[in-house]
Amino acid sequence: MNTDERPKIEINDITKVYELGKEQFYALGGVSLTLADNEFVTVVGPSGCGKSTMMNILAGLDEPTSGTARVDGKLVKGPSPERGVIFQQYALFPWLTVRKNVEFGLKTARVSAAERHERAEHFIEMVGLTQFADALPKMLSGGMKQRCAIARAYAMNPSILLMDEPFGALDALTRVKMQEHLLHTWEQEKRTVMFITHDVDEAAFLANRVVVMAARPGRIQKIVNVDLPYPRTEEMRLSREFADLRNEIWHAVYHQSPKSDRTDAITANQESEKS
Amino acid sequence: MSVDAPPVTPTIAPLTRRKDPRQQTQRILNVVTLFLGVGIWWALSATGINLPSPPEVLAAAVKLAADGTLWNDMLASLTRVLTGFALGTALAIPVGFVMGWYAWARGLLEPWVQFFRTIPPLAIIPLAIVLMGIGEQPKIFVIFLAAFLSCVISTFQGVVQVDRTLINAARVLGAKDGTIFAKVVVPASTPFILVGMRVGLGSAWATVVAAELIAAQEGLGYRMQQAQIYYQLPTIFVGLIVIGILGLIMDRALLLVEKKLTGWQERR
Ligand SMILES: Nc1ncnc2c1ncn2[C@@H]1O[C@H](COP(=O)(O)OP(=O)(O)O)[C@@H](O)[C@H]1O
Ligand SMILES: [Mg+2]
Repeated sequence: MNTDERPKIEINDITKVYELGKEQFYALGGVSLTLADNEFVTVVGPSGCGKSTMMNILAGLDEPTSGTARVDGKLVKGPSPERGVIFQQYALFPWLTVRKNVEFGLKTARVSAAERHERAEHFIEMVGLTQFADALPKMLSGGMKQRCAIARAYAMNPSILLMDEPFGALDALTRVKMQEHLLHTWEQEKRTVMFITHDVDEAAFLANRVVVMAARPGRIQKIVNVDLPYPRTEEMRLSREFADLRNEIWHAVYHQSPKSDRTDAITANQESEKS
Repeated sequence: MSVDAPPVTPTIAPLTRRKDPRQQTQRILNVVTLFLGVGIWWALSATGINLPSPPEVLAAAVKLAADGTLWNDMLASLTRVLTGFALGTALAIPVGFVMGWYAWARGLLEPWVQFFRTIPPLAIIPLAIVLMGIGEQPKIFVIFLAAFLSCVISTFQGVVQVDRTLINAARVLGAKDGTIFAKVVVPASTPFILVGMRVGLGSAWATVVAAELIAAQEGLGYRMQQAQIYYQLPTIFVGLIVIGILGLIMDRALLLVEKKLTGWQERR
Protein backbone atom coordinates (compact mmCIF):
# COMPACT_ATOMS: atom_id res chain seq x y z
CA MET A 1 0.00 0.00 0.00
CA ASN A 2 1.15 3.49 -0.74
CA THR A 3 2.00 5.26 2.51
CA ASP A 4 0.25 8.44 1.38
CA GLU A 5 -3.01 6.57 1.11
CA ARG A 6 -2.68 4.88 4.43
CA PRO A 7 -5.53 5.96 6.69
CA LYS A 8 -4.73 8.29 9.56
CA ILE A 9 -6.78 6.28 12.03
CA GLU A 10 -7.55 2.60 11.71
CA ILE A 11 -9.88 0.88 14.11
CA ASN A 12 -9.84 -2.81 13.38
CA ASP A 13 -12.58 -5.10 14.77
CA ILE A 14 -12.42 -3.75 18.28
CA THR A 15 -14.43 -5.33 21.05
CA LYS A 16 -14.71 -4.20 24.64
CA VAL A 17 -16.29 -6.66 26.99
CA TYR A 18 -17.30 -6.04 30.57
CA GLU A 19 -18.07 -8.92 32.86
CA LEU A 20 -21.28 -8.16 34.69
CA GLY A 21 -21.65 -11.03 37.10
CA LYS A 22 -21.83 -14.07 34.86
CA GLU A 23 -23.00 -12.08 31.84
CA GLN A 24 -20.67 -10.69 29.25
CA PHE A 25 -21.57 -7.18 28.22
CA TYR A 26 -20.35 -6.02 24.81
CA ALA A 27 -19.75 -2.27 25.20
CA LEU A 28 -18.22 -2.58 21.73
CA GLY A 29 -19.01 -5.64 19.66
CA GLY A 30 -16.53 -5.56 16.80
CA VAL A 31 -16.16 -2.04 15.48
CA SER A 32 -14.05 -1.20 12.44
CA LEU A 33 -13.58 2.29 11.09
CA THR A 34 -10.95 4.24 9.21
CA LEU A 35 -10.42 7.97 9.06
CA ALA A 36 -8.46 9.68 6.29
CA ASP A 37 -5.96 12.43 7.03
CA ASN A 38 -7.62 15.75 7.91
CA GLU A 39 -11.05 14.24 7.91
CA PHE A 40 -13.68 15.54 10.30
CA VAL A 41 -15.80 12.61 11.44
CA THR A 42 -18.61 12.85 13.94
CA VAL A 43 -19.91 9.88 15.88
CA VAL A 44 -23.51 10.00 17.02
CA GLY A 45 -25.65 7.46 18.80
CA PRO A 46 -27.80 6.81 21.82
CA SER A 47 -26.14 6.96 25.19
CA GLY A 48 -24.46 3.72 26.18
CA CYS A 49 -23.62 2.66 22.62
CA GLY A 50 -19.89 2.77 23.32
CA LYS A 51 -18.90 6.13 21.85
CA SER A 52 -16.74 7.12 24.82
CA THR A 53 -15.33 3.63 25.07
CA MET A 54 -14.17 3.79 21.46
CA MET A 55 -12.67 7.24 21.93
CA ASN A 56 -10.88 6.28 25.14
CA ILE A 57 -9.34 3.31 23.37
CA LEU A 58 -8.07 5.59 20.61
CA ALA A 59 -6.78 8.04 23.20
CA GLY A 60 -4.91 5.23 24.93
CA LEU A 61 -6.82 5.76 28.17
CA ASP A 62 -8.52 2.38 27.85
CA GLU A 63 -7.65 -0.94 26.25
CA PRO A 64 -9.77 -3.04 23.92
CA THR A 65 -10.63 -6.63 24.79
CA SER A 66 -9.70 -7.60 21.24
CA GLY A 67 -8.87 -5.82 18.01
CA THR A 68 -6.43 -2.99 17.36
CA ALA A 69 -6.38 0.77 17.07
CA ARG A 70 -3.70 2.38 14.95
CA VAL A 71 -2.80 5.98 14.34
CA ASP A 72 -0.40 6.66 11.47
CA GLY A 73 0.04 2.92 11.30
CA LYS A 74 1.34 2.78 14.85
CA LEU A 75 -0.44 0.69 17.43
CA VAL A 76 -2.03 2.82 20.15
CA LYS A 77 -0.40 2.00 23.48
CA GLY A 78 -1.17 4.42 26.26
CA PRO A 79 -1.89 8.12 25.90
CA SER A 80 0.34 10.41 23.86
CA PRO A 81 0.38 14.16 23.22
CA GLU A 82 0.19 13.20 19.52
CA ARG A 83 -3.48 12.54 20.15
CA GLY A 84 -5.21 15.56 21.64
CA VAL A 85 -8.28 14.83 23.76
CA ILE A 86 -11.05 17.20 24.73
CA PHE A 87 -13.41 16.12 27.45
CA GLN A 88 -17.01 17.09 28.06
CA GLN A 89 -16.17 18.29 31.59
CA TYR A 90 -13.51 20.69 30.22
CA ALA A 91 -10.91 19.17 32.56
CA LEU A 92 -9.00 22.42 32.97
CA PHE A 93 -6.68 22.57 35.95
CA PRO A 94 -8.63 24.99 38.14
CA TRP A 95 -5.54 26.26 39.99
CA LEU A 96 -3.83 27.34 36.76
CA THR A 97 -4.62 30.39 34.66
CA VAL A 98 -5.72 30.00 31.04
CA ARG A 99 -2.13 30.59 29.91
CA LYS A 100 -0.66 28.10 32.37
CA ASN A 101 -3.26 25.53 31.36
CA VAL A 102 -2.32 25.92 27.72
CA GLU A 103 1.37 25.67 28.62
CA PHE A 104 0.93 22.58 30.82
CA GLY A 105 1.75 19.97 28.19
CA LEU A 106 4.56 22.08 26.71
CA LYS A 107 6.15 22.41 30.11
CA THR A 108 5.89 18.67 30.63
CA ALA A 109 7.62 18.22 27.29
CA ARG A 110 10.36 20.68 28.43
CA VAL A 111 9.71 23.15 25.66
CA SER A 112 11.78 26.28 26.28
CA ALA A 113 10.03 29.13 28.08
CA ALA A 114 10.21 31.45 25.10
CA GLU A 115 8.67 28.98 22.69
CA ARG A 116 6.08 27.98 25.28
CA HIS A 117 4.92 31.56 25.68
CA GLU A 118 4.81 32.12 21.98
CA ARG A 119 2.78 29.00 21.26
CA ALA A 120 0.42 29.59 24.16
CA GLU A 121 -0.10 33.16 23.00
CA HIS A 122 -0.87 32.00 19.47
CA PHE A 123 -3.47 29.41 20.42
CA ILE A 124 -5.06 31.56 23.10
CA GLU A 125 -5.56 34.17 20.44
CA MET A 126 -6.89 31.60 18.03
CA VAL A 127 -9.70 30.71 20.44
CA GLY A 128 -10.33 34.36 21.28
CA LEU A 129 -9.26 34.28 24.93
CA THR A 130 -6.41 36.79 24.84
CA GLN A 131 -8.20 39.08 27.27
CA PHE A 132 -8.57 36.20 29.69
CA ALA A 133 -5.09 34.73 29.39
CA ASP A 134 -4.34 35.40 33.05
CA ALA A 135 -7.76 34.53 34.43
CA LEU A 136 -8.45 31.39 36.42
CA PRO A 137 -10.96 28.90 34.97
CA LYS A 138 -13.52 29.83 37.60
CA MET A 139 -13.83 33.25 35.94
CA LEU A 140 -14.78 31.71 32.58
CA SER A 141 -18.14 30.64 31.18
CA GLY A 142 -18.61 27.08 29.95
CA GLY A 143 -17.96 28.00 26.34
CA MET A 144 -14.79 29.87 27.22
CA LYS A 145 -13.57 26.97 29.33
CA GLN A 146 -14.01 24.62 26.42
CA ARG A 147 -12.19 27.04 24.11
CA CYS A 148 -9.32 27.05 26.57
CA ALA A 149 -9.31 23.25 26.50
CA ILE A 150 -9.22 23.36 22.70
CA ALA A 151 -6.26 25.75 22.78
CA ARG A 152 -4.52 23.48 25.28
CA ALA A 153 -4.96 20.47 23.00
CA TYR A 154 -3.81 22.39 19.91
CA ALA A 155 -0.72 23.72 21.69
CA MET A 156 0.73 20.21 21.73
CA ASN A 157 0.48 20.16 17.94
CA PRO A 158 -1.36 16.82 17.89
CA SER A 159 -1.94 15.04 14.61
CA ILE A 160 -5.45 14.00 15.63
CA LEU A 161 -8.08 15.51 17.92
CA LEU A 162 -10.51 13.36 19.85
CA MET A 163 -13.50 15.19 21.29
CA ASP A 164 -16.02 13.50 23.55
CA GLU A 165 -19.24 15.52 23.59
CA PRO A 166 -17.24 18.71 24.10
CA PHE A 167 -20.29 20.96 23.82
CA GLY A 168 -22.65 18.64 25.66
CA ALA A 169 -22.81 20.83 28.75
CA LEU A 170 -23.44 24.09 26.89
CA ASP A 171 -26.73 25.83 26.19
CA ALA A 172 -28.12 25.64 22.65
CA LEU A 173 -27.00 29.12 21.62
CA THR A 174 -23.44 28.84 22.88
CA ARG A 175 -23.29 25.41 21.32
CA VAL A 176 -24.04 26.75 17.83
CA LYS A 177 -21.41 29.46 18.24
CA MET A 178 -18.88 26.94 19.45
CA GLN A 179 -19.57 24.72 16.43
CA GLU A 180 -18.89 27.59 14.07
CA HIS A 181 -15.83 28.55 16.04
CA LEU A 182 -14.48 25.01 16.05
CA LEU A 183 -14.87 24.70 12.28
CA HIS A 184 -13.20 28.06 11.81
CA THR A 185 -10.26 26.89 13.93
CA TRP A 186 -10.12 23.55 12.15
CA GLU A 187 -9.99 25.21 8.75
CA GLN A 188 -7.00 27.27 9.92
CA GLU A 189 -5.28 24.34 11.57
CA LYS A 190 -6.41 21.17 9.81
CA ARG A 191 -6.31 18.02 11.87
CA THR A 192 -7.99 14.64 11.75
CA VAL A 193 -10.91 15.01 14.11
CA MET A 194 -13.17 12.45 15.72
CA PHE A 195 -16.00 14.31 17.39
CA ILE A 196 -18.54 12.51 19.54
CA THR A 197 -21.98 13.93 20.12
CA HIS A 198 -25.52 12.84 20.81
CA ASP A 199 -26.88 15.84 18.90
CA VAL A 200 -27.95 14.95 15.35
CA ASP A 201 -27.80 18.57 14.18
CA GLU A 202 -24.30 19.03 15.51
CA ALA A 203 -23.17 15.75 13.95
CA ALA A 204 -24.42 16.78 10.52
CA PHE A 205 -23.19 20.36 10.64
CA LEU A 206 -19.59 19.58 11.51
CA ALA A 207 -18.72 16.45 9.61
CA ASN A 208 -17.43 15.11 6.34
CA ARG A 209 -18.87 11.83 7.48
CA VAL A 210 -21.30 10.95 10.24
CA VAL A 211 -20.89 7.59 11.93
CA VAL A 212 -24.11 6.42 13.54
CA MET A 213 -23.69 3.88 16.31
CA ALA A 214 -26.13 1.52 17.95
CA ALA A 215 -26.08 -0.17 21.34
CA ARG A 216 -26.16 -3.71 22.70
CA PRO A 217 -23.66 -4.52 21.43
CA GLY A 218 -21.99 -1.20 20.60
CA ARG A 219 -21.59 -1.18 16.82
CA ILE A 220 -21.65 1.00 13.74
CA GLN A 221 -25.17 1.24 12.37
CA LYS A 222 -24.64 3.47 9.38
CA ILE A 223 -22.19 5.91 7.88
CA VAL A 224 -23.62 9.01 6.23
CA ASN A 225 -21.51 11.16 3.90
CA VAL A 226 -22.06 14.88 4.16
CA ASP A 227 -21.53 16.45 0.77
CA LEU A 228 -21.64 20.05 1.88
CA PRO A 229 -18.49 22.11 1.31
CA TYR A 230 -16.56 23.95 4.03
CA PRO A 231 -16.84 26.62 5.29
CA ARG A 232 -20.24 25.66 6.54
CA THR A 233 -22.62 28.56 6.81
CA GLU A 234 -25.86 29.39 8.50
CA GLU A 235 -27.65 29.15 5.11
CA MET A 236 -26.45 25.59 4.79
CA ARG A 237 -27.72 24.81 8.26
CA LEU A 238 -31.16 26.04 7.20
CA SER A 239 -31.05 24.50 3.73
CA ARG A 240 -33.22 21.78 2.27
CA GLU A 241 -30.25 19.48 1.75
CA PHE A 242 -29.26 19.80 5.36
CA ALA A 243 -32.79 18.98 6.48
CA ASP A 244 -32.76 15.80 4.39
CA LEU A 245 -29.42 14.86 5.80
CA ARG A 246 -30.63 15.42 9.31
CA ASN A 247 -33.68 13.25 8.64
CA GLU A 248 -31.54 10.46 7.39
CA ILE A 249 -29.28 10.59 10.44
CA TRP A 250 -32.22 11.02 12.78
CA HIS A 251 -33.81 7.84 11.45
CA ALA A 252 -30.59 5.93 11.75
CA VAL A 253 -30.23 7.05 15.38
CA TYR A 254 -33.78 6.80 16.64
CA HIS A 255 -35.22 3.93 14.65
CA GLN A 256 -32.50 1.41 15.06
CA SER A 257 -33.30 -2.12 14.04
CA PRO A 258 -31.38 -4.65 16.09
CA LYS A 259 -29.39 -5.60 13.00
CA SER A 260 -25.92 -6.95 13.40
CA ASP A 261 -24.50 -10.41 13.06
CA ARG A 262 -23.83 -10.65 16.72
CA THR A 263 -27.20 -9.28 17.89
CA ASP A 264 -28.99 -11.43 15.39
CA ALA A 265 -27.44 -14.43 17.05
CA ILE A 266 -28.23 -13.14 20.52
CA THR A 267 -31.84 -12.21 19.78
CA ALA A 268 -32.37 -15.48 17.96
CA ASN A 269 -31.14 -17.31 21.04
CA GLN A 270 -33.35 -15.34 23.36
CA GLU A 271 -36.35 -15.91 21.13
CA SER A 272 -35.80 -19.63 21.02
CA GLU A 273 -35.46 -19.70 24.81
CA LYS A 274 -38.73 -17.84 25.23
CA SER A 275 -40.77 -20.04 22.94
CA MET B 1 -13.12 36.94 15.29
CA SER B 2 -16.74 37.25 16.24
CA VAL B 3 -16.95 34.38 18.64
CA ASP B 4 -19.36 34.51 21.53
CA ALA B 5 -19.25 37.70 23.45
CA PRO B 6 -17.69 36.98 26.81
CA PRO B 7 -20.52 36.93 29.36
CA VAL B 8 -18.09 37.93 32.08
CA THR B 9 -16.59 41.41 31.99
CA PRO B 10 -12.84 41.24 31.85
CA THR B 11 -12.22 42.43 35.37
CA ILE B 12 -9.73 39.92 36.55
CA ALA B 13 -9.77 41.53 39.97
CA PRO B 14 -10.16 39.21 42.96
CA LEU B 15 -13.55 37.96 44.02
CA THR B 16 -16.18 40.54 44.81
CA ARG B 17 -14.69 42.02 47.93
CA ARG B 18 -17.27 44.79 48.02
CA LYS B 19 -18.71 45.78 51.37
CA ASP B 20 -21.84 43.76 51.64
CA PRO B 21 -24.38 45.52 53.90
CA ARG B 22 -25.41 42.17 55.36
CA GLN B 23 -21.80 41.46 56.22
CA GLN B 24 -21.57 44.80 57.99
CA THR B 25 -24.60 44.05 60.15
CA GLN B 26 -22.93 40.78 61.00
CA ARG B 27 -19.82 42.64 62.16
CA ILE B 28 -21.85 44.98 64.30
CA LEU B 29 -23.75 42.09 65.85
CA ASN B 30 -20.46 40.35 66.59
CA VAL B 31 -19.25 43.33 68.58
CA VAL B 32 -22.60 43.75 70.30
CA THR B 33 -22.65 40.15 71.45
CA LEU B 34 -19.13 40.50 72.85
CA PHE B 35 -20.20 43.34 75.10
CA LEU B 36 -23.41 41.53 75.95
CA GLY B 37 -21.49 38.43 77.04
CA VAL B 38 -19.11 40.39 79.26
CA GLY B 39 -22.09 42.31 80.65
CA ILE B 40 -23.93 39.15 81.61
CA TRP B 41 -20.78 37.75 83.18
CA TRP B 42 -20.35 40.95 85.18
CA ALA B 43 -23.97 40.88 86.28
CA LEU B 44 -23.71 37.24 87.34
CA SER B 45 -20.57 37.87 89.38
CA ALA B 46 -22.36 40.78 91.07
CA THR B 47 -25.23 38.53 92.20
CA GLY B 48 -22.89 36.78 94.58
CA ILE B 49 -22.32 33.60 92.59
CA ASN B 50 -18.76 32.46 93.10
CA LEU B 51 -17.38 34.11 89.97
CA PRO B 52 -14.60 36.66 89.66
CA SER B 53 -15.77 39.89 88.04
CA PRO B 54 -14.24 41.12 84.77
CA PRO B 55 -12.12 43.80 86.56
CA GLU B 56 -10.72 41.18 88.92
CA VAL B 57 -9.75 38.97 86.00
CA LEU B 58 -8.23 41.93 84.21
CA ALA B 59 -6.22 42.79 87.29
CA ALA B 60 -4.97 39.22 87.52
CA ALA B 61 -4.01 39.31 83.86
CA VAL B 62 -2.09 42.57 84.28
CA LYS B 63 -0.24 41.18 87.27
CA LEU B 64 0.65 37.94 85.51
CA ALA B 65 1.78 39.86 82.47
CA ALA B 66 3.83 42.32 84.50
CA ASP B 67 5.89 39.67 86.31
CA GLY B 68 6.39 37.77 83.07
CA THR B 69 4.58 34.61 84.14
CA LEU B 70 1.88 34.97 81.49
CA TRP B 71 4.41 35.36 78.65
CA ASN B 72 6.47 32.44 79.87
CA ASP B 73 3.41 30.23 80.07
CA MET B 74 2.18 31.29 76.66
CA LEU B 75 5.58 30.67 75.15
CA ALA B 76 5.83 27.25 76.78
CA SER B 77 2.38 26.16 75.60
CA LEU B 78 2.77 27.60 72.13
CA THR B 79 6.17 25.97 71.65
CA ARG B 80 4.69 22.60 72.54
CA VAL B 81 1.69 23.03 70.27
CA LEU B 82 3.65 24.30 67.32
CA THR B 83 6.37 21.65 67.65
CA GLY B 84 3.85 18.83 67.94
CA PHE B 85 1.71 20.27 65.19
CA ALA B 86 4.63 20.81 62.82
CA LEU B 87 5.93 17.28 63.35
CA GLY B 88 2.45 15.80 63.08
CA THR B 89 1.55 17.48 59.80
CA ALA B 90 5.04 16.99 58.37
CA LEU B 91 4.54 13.27 58.76
CA ALA B 92 0.81 13.21 57.99
CA ILE B 93 1.06 14.80 54.55
CA PRO B 94 3.45 12.26 52.99
CA VAL B 95 1.74 9.36 54.76
CA GLY B 96 -1.68 10.60 53.59
CA PHE B 97 -0.39 10.91 50.03
CA VAL B 98 1.07 7.42 50.04
CA MET B 99 -2.18 6.03 51.43
CA GLY B 100 -4.23 7.78 48.77
CA TRP B 101 -1.91 6.95 45.87
CA TYR B 102 -0.98 3.32 46.53
CA ALA B 103 -3.70 0.81 47.30
CA TRP B 104 -1.25 -1.42 49.19
CA ALA B 105 -0.30 1.44 51.51
CA ARG B 106 -3.94 2.14 52.21
CA GLY B 107 -4.55 -1.52 53.01
CA LEU B 108 -1.61 -1.56 55.42
CA LEU B 109 -2.08 1.78 57.15
CA GLU B 110 -5.75 2.64 57.17
CA PRO B 111 -6.81 0.16 59.90
CA TRP B 112 -4.18 1.60 62.25
CA VAL B 113 -5.07 5.18 61.54
CA GLN B 114 -8.76 4.46 62.05
CA PHE B 115 -8.03 2.54 65.24
CA PHE B 116 -5.85 5.22 66.84
CA ARG B 117 -8.30 7.87 65.79
CA THR B 118 -10.93 6.37 68.06
CA ILE B 119 -8.63 6.71 71.10
CA PRO B 120 -8.83 10.21 72.57
CA PRO B 121 -5.26 11.61 72.63
CA LEU B 122 -5.59 12.23 76.37
CA ALA B 123 -6.00 8.52 76.95
CA ILE B 124 -2.49 8.09 75.57
CA ILE B 125 -0.96 10.38 78.21
CA PRO B 126 -0.52 7.78 80.98
CA LEU B 127 1.25 5.49 78.53
CA ALA B 128 3.37 8.34 77.16
CA ILE B 129 4.48 9.33 80.65
CA VAL B 130 5.42 5.80 81.60
CA LEU B 131 7.42 5.36 78.39
CA MET B 132 8.94 8.82 78.05
CA GLY B 133 9.08 10.28 81.52
CA ILE B 134 7.68 13.63 82.56
CA GLY B 135 9.78 15.96 80.40
CA GLU B 136 8.73 17.70 77.21
CA GLN B 137 8.69 14.53 75.18
CA PRO B 138 5.40 12.93 76.26
CA LYS B 139 3.53 16.24 75.93
CA ILE B 140 4.83 16.92 72.47
CA PHE B 141 4.22 13.33 71.51
CA VAL B 142 0.56 13.47 72.45
CA ILE B 143 0.08 16.73 70.55
CA PHE B 144 1.94 15.28 67.61
CA LEU B 145 -0.38 12.29 67.59
CA ALA B 146 -3.50 14.43 67.72
CA ALA B 147 -2.33 16.62 64.86
CA PHE B 148 -1.09 13.68 62.82
CA LEU B 149 -4.27 11.66 63.01
CA SER B 150 -6.63 14.40 61.95
CA CYS B 151 -4.36 15.63 59.17
CA VAL B 152 -3.53 12.22 57.73
CA ILE B 153 -7.19 11.35 57.22
CA SER B 154 -8.02 14.47 55.28
CA THR B 155 -4.86 14.35 53.16
CA PHE B 156 -5.71 10.80 52.26
CA GLN B 157 -9.28 11.75 51.40
CA GLY B 158 -8.00 14.68 49.36
CA VAL B 159 -5.88 12.38 47.22
CA VAL B 160 -8.67 9.84 46.78
CA GLN B 161 -11.17 12.43 45.59
CA VAL B 162 -8.95 13.93 42.87
CA ASP B 163 -11.03 14.05 39.69
CA ARG B 164 -10.11 11.17 37.33
CA THR B 165 -10.74 13.45 34.35
CA LEU B 166 -8.01 15.84 35.50
CA ILE B 167 -5.57 12.95 35.76
CA ASN B 168 -6.59 11.75 32.30
CA ALA B 169 -6.23 15.27 30.95
CA ALA B 170 -2.67 15.39 32.29
CA ARG B 171 -1.91 11.95 30.83
CA VAL B 172 -3.05 12.89 27.33
CA LEU B 173 -0.88 16.00 27.59
CA GLY B 174 2.08 13.71 28.05
CA ALA B 175 2.47 13.78 31.85
CA LYS B 176 3.87 10.69 33.55
CA ASP B 177 3.16 9.54 37.10
CA GLY B 178 5.70 11.83 38.78
CA THR B 179 4.41 14.94 37.04
CA ILE B 180 0.80 13.94 37.60
CA PHE B 181 1.52 13.56 41.29
CA ALA B 182 3.35 16.85 41.69
CA LYS B 183 1.33 18.98 39.28
CA VAL B 184 -2.17 17.54 39.64
CA VAL B 185 -2.64 15.43 42.75
CA VAL B 186 -0.83 17.76 45.14
CA PRO B 187 -2.61 20.98 44.13
CA ALA B 188 -5.98 19.24 43.78
CA SER B 189 -5.77 17.92 47.33
CA THR B 190 -4.45 21.12 48.91
CA PRO B 191 -7.89 22.27 50.07
CA PHE B 192 -8.38 18.99 51.91
CA ILE B 193 -4.92 19.13 53.46
CA LEU B 194 -5.53 22.63 54.76
CA VAL B 195 -8.84 21.63 56.30
CA GLY B 196 -7.00 18.75 57.93
CA MET B 197 -4.33 21.12 59.22
CA ARG B 198 -6.97 23.35 60.77
CA VAL B 199 -8.65 20.43 62.48
CA GLY B 200 -5.20 19.18 63.52
CA LEU B 201 -4.23 22.51 65.02
CA GLY B 202 -7.51 22.59 66.89
CA SER B 203 -6.96 19.19 68.42
CA ALA B 204 -3.30 19.96 69.16
CA TRP B 205 -4.32 23.04 71.08
CA ALA B 206 -7.05 21.14 72.90
CA THR B 207 -4.54 18.49 73.89
CA VAL B 208 -1.75 20.75 75.14
CA VAL B 209 -3.65 22.12 78.11
CA ALA B 210 -4.63 18.66 79.23
CA ALA B 211 -1.07 17.43 78.78
CA GLU B 212 0.23 20.27 80.93
CA LEU B 213 -2.25 19.47 83.67
CA ILE B 214 -0.40 16.24 84.27
CA ALA B 215 3.18 17.19 84.69
CA ALA B 216 4.79 20.53 83.84
CA GLN B 217 6.72 23.40 85.37
CA GLU B 218 5.20 26.03 83.15
CA GLY B 219 2.51 26.53 80.56
CA LEU B 220 -1.06 27.76 80.54
CA GLY B 221 -2.45 24.41 81.64
CA TYR B 222 0.08 24.15 84.45
CA ARG B 223 -0.76 27.69 85.62
CA MET B 224 -4.43 26.85 85.79
CA GLN B 225 -3.69 23.67 87.68
CA GLN B 226 -1.67 25.67 90.24
CA ALA B 227 -4.41 28.27 90.48
CA GLN B 228 -6.88 25.50 91.19
CA ILE B 229 -4.80 24.29 94.14
CA TYR B 230 -4.60 27.78 95.62
CA TYR B 231 -8.16 28.61 94.67
CA GLN B 232 -7.20 31.58 92.47
CA LEU B 233 -10.30 31.86 90.31
CA PRO B 234 -9.19 35.01 88.40
CA THR B 235 -6.00 33.25 87.28
CA ILE B 236 -8.02 30.30 86.00
CA PHE B 237 -10.11 32.75 84.00
CA VAL B 238 -7.05 34.45 82.57
CA GLY B 239 -5.78 31.04 81.46
CA LEU B 240 -9.06 30.11 79.82
CA ILE B 241 -9.43 33.38 77.97
CA VAL B 242 -5.82 33.39 76.73
CA ILE B 243 -6.19 29.79 75.51
CA GLY B 244 -9.33 30.77 73.63
CA ILE B 245 -7.78 33.85 72.05
CA LEU B 246 -4.57 32.10 70.99
CA GLY B 247 -6.56 29.21 69.52
CA LEU B 248 -8.69 31.64 67.58
CA ILE B 249 -5.69 33.56 66.24
CA MET B 250 -3.97 30.39 65.06
CA ASP B 251 -7.14 29.18 63.39
CA ARG B 252 -7.66 32.50 61.62
CA ALA B 253 -4.06 32.49 60.44
CA LEU B 254 -4.51 29.08 58.84
CA LEU B 255 -7.82 30.19 57.35
CA LEU B 256 -5.98 33.07 55.72
CA VAL B 257 -3.38 30.70 54.28
CA GLU B 258 -6.20 28.49 53.05
CA LYS B 259 -7.86 31.40 51.26
CA LYS B 260 -4.56 32.34 49.63
CA LEU B 261 -3.76 28.83 48.45
CA THR B 262 -7.18 27.61 47.43
CA GLY B 263 -8.74 30.74 45.97
CA TRP B 264 -8.95 28.95 42.62
CA GLN B 265 -11.81 26.79 43.81
CA GLU B 266 -15.20 27.34 42.23
CA ARG B 267 -17.72 28.13 44.92
CA ARG B 268 -21.23 27.02 44.25
N1 LIG C 1 -16.21 0.13 33.76
C1 LIG C 1 -17.36 -0.32 33.22
N2 LIG C 1 -17.93 -1.44 33.70
C2 LIG C 1 -19.08 -1.91 33.15
N3 LIG C 1 -19.71 -1.33 32.13
C3 LIG C 1 -19.18 -0.21 31.62
C4 LIG C 1 -17.98 0.36 32.12
N4 LIG C 1 -17.69 1.47 31.41
C5 LIG C 1 -18.68 1.58 30.49
N5 LIG C 1 -19.57 0.59 30.63
C6 LIG C 1 -20.76 0.37 29.79
O1 LIG C 1 -20.38 0.38 28.45
C7 LIG C 1 -21.38 0.97 27.67
C8 LIG C 1 -20.79 2.02 26.77
O2 LIG C 1 -20.37 3.13 27.54
P1 LIG C 1 -19.88 4.49 26.90
O3 LIG C 1 -18.79 4.19 25.94
O4 LIG C 1 -19.60 5.42 27.98
O5 LIG C 1 -21.20 4.95 26.11
P2 LIG C 1 -21.52 6.36 25.44
O6 LIG C 1 -20.32 7.22 25.56
O7 LIG C 1 -21.89 6.02 24.03
O8 LIG C 1 -22.70 6.89 26.17
C9 LIG C 1 -22.42 1.54 28.61
O9 LIG C 1 -23.56 0.70 28.60
C10 LIG C 1 -21.74 1.50 29.93
O10 LIG C 1 -22.67 1.23 30.95
MG1 LIG D 1 -20.03 9.08 26.56
